[in-house]
Amino acid sequence: MLPESVSELLKGLESKSFSSEEITRAYLDKIKQQNDSLNCFITVTEEQALEAAKASDQRRANGTSGPLDGIPVAHKDLFCTTGTTTTCASRMLENFIPPYESTVTRKFAEAGAISLGKTNMDEFAMGSSNENSYYGPVKNPWNLEYVPGGSSGGSASAVAAGLCAAATGTDTGGSIRQPAAFCGITGLKPTYGRVSRLGMIAFASSLDQGGPMARTAEDTAILLNVMAGHDPKDSTSSTHPVEDYTASLNQDLSGTRIGLPKEYFSGNLNADTGKSLEAAIKVYESLGATVEEISLPHTELSVPAYYVIAPAEASANLSRFDGVRYGHRCDSPKDLEDLYRRSRAEGFGAEVQRRILVGTYALSAGYFDAYYRQAQKIRRLIKEDFVRAFDHIDAILCPTTPGAAFKIGSKSDDPVQMYLEDIFTVPTSLAGLPAIALPCGELDGLPVGMQLIGNYFNESKLLNLAHRFQSETDWHQRRPQI
Amino acid sequence: MGDTNGESIVTIQSDELVKIAYLAKLEIDTDNTDRLTNDLDQILNFVDQMKSVDTTQVEPLSNPLEMTQRLRKDEVTETNQREAFQKIAPATAAGLYLVPKVIE
Repeated sequence: MLPESVSELLKGLESKSFSSEEITRAYLDKIKQQNDSLNCFITVTEEQALEAAKASDQRRANGTSGPLDGIPVAHKDLFCTTGTTTTCASRMLENFIPPYESTVTRKFAEAGAISLGKTNMDEFAMGSSNENSYYGPVKNPWNLEYVPGGSSGGSASAVAAGLCAAATGTDTGGSIRQPAAFCGITGLKPTYGRVSRLGMIAFASSLDQGGPMARTAEDTAILLNVMAGHDPKDSTSSTHPVEDYTASLNQDLSGTRIGLPKEYFSGNLNADTGKSLEAAIKVYESLGATVEEISLPHTELSVPAYYVIAPAEASANLSRFDGVRYGHRCDSPKDLEDLYRRSRAEGFGAEVQRRILVGTYALSAGYFDAYYRQAQKIRRLIKEDFVRAFDHIDAILCPTTPGAAFKIGSKSDDPVQMYLEDIFTVPTSLAGLPAIALPCGELDGLPVGMQLIGNYFNESKLLNLAHRFQSETDWHQRRPQI
Repeated sequence: MGDTNGESIVTIQSDELVKIAYLAKLEIDTDNTDRLTNDLDQILNFVDQMKSVDTTQVEPLSNPLEMTQRLRKDEVTETNQREAFQKIAPATAAGLYLVPKVIE
């Protein structure tokens, strides 16, 4: 029986209990057995993975191994990988082989990680259920009739089912945290600008942020150490110094002030989720933290503001898909206009088209002030709510989602209902703050998660809080029976 | 620039949808128009809640960290990779991208 966490796998590799080739083969076997039912992977790069594993074992023998050497991981299929298709789960990019490598995947490779392949997702990262994929929906390993969350649903499902040791995800309005919550794993959205966006196919550029998805807070810290840092090729990437995120995992929590936003514990929250959170709060109190109620008064406006800003930015970003330079092109276009319009209509799925239309409308003459500008003003009010709160607290504890995972198909006909799933994750995205999702309960056989929100660039405090919770509880060790 | 203040319910007319689709360069399936206008109405009425706040004194926020654009030295850092970039294009010839005839 192989260990499950990155930290234990690293110890095993170091002590020669097993080789990278052995564990890589074990994961590839598991993918073969279970990917048909879970649909987590769009592409499995078996040959390259085995070759990379052998090279890793060689490096370890030579004493030149990197911080993730030999660890089999999976990458969300919107990180550009040279030589491997990067589809964004869209027909538009079905055959797209990027001519350059994303900074995130390059850093993983340089750290010695083995890529097992590319994971399924909502098309262009637009969705909260992973039902919007050209490659079909991903299933939740806890119950195959339920969604894994989205948009990083393939990564979350793969980590939860043990088809990889850890994975990358991206979060624009909750796309790391919500699937992490639905699948019972740990997922961190770093501060905006902490992780390079180079080669991460853009959805909404002022919100998009890559981050780690793993089984434990400790693993998440190990991965963030590899991912974080300034990238001169991403002009929004931050020059804020990078810490060793594993250094403060065990720090004492005495005196840590945790805020509970009253707006997050009201109407929208499922009662049983509330009970799991209450139990989590007690754990923190027993560890010496103090808890107080805070107010984030503009919370309710975050979803409306988000569903203007994100589609507006998406409509601009996705204008690059023109059927000329790369991506899908329609058959026998009669003129250039027809080429653009049919290539895009055929290449994009329904939700992507909906968001492009909403974004185009919000940015069009006569509506710009009422929608886009108003949304950006509300964005400032939401940020100011958080800034005021972090004046006297160290972290915020709240739900990640209103309830546990929902059934496949149950919300897919109603876009607004689906958008409201994001109520607890989009405020942090609009403010650009870091937040971590981790399991803290179970409801009818499905995981229930909590979210911890930190101040700008204070990822280490979040990882410290999450790790201490996981040292006291075993929710993160529970596994789906598949 | 006008705005939509004063209208309590947003309804997208099909000619408006045609205009947005033209701007977005998306071909709209005529069988789908009702469904699409209905979806857009729902979404726009939902985001209309934003109007409930007075934001006249609030500055818009576009970058959450309020960073300003960093400038770099104006020097060549990349080599020309025309072949690599055109290899993934749907149609090229002689180093050019092919599109339907634009000028008669």
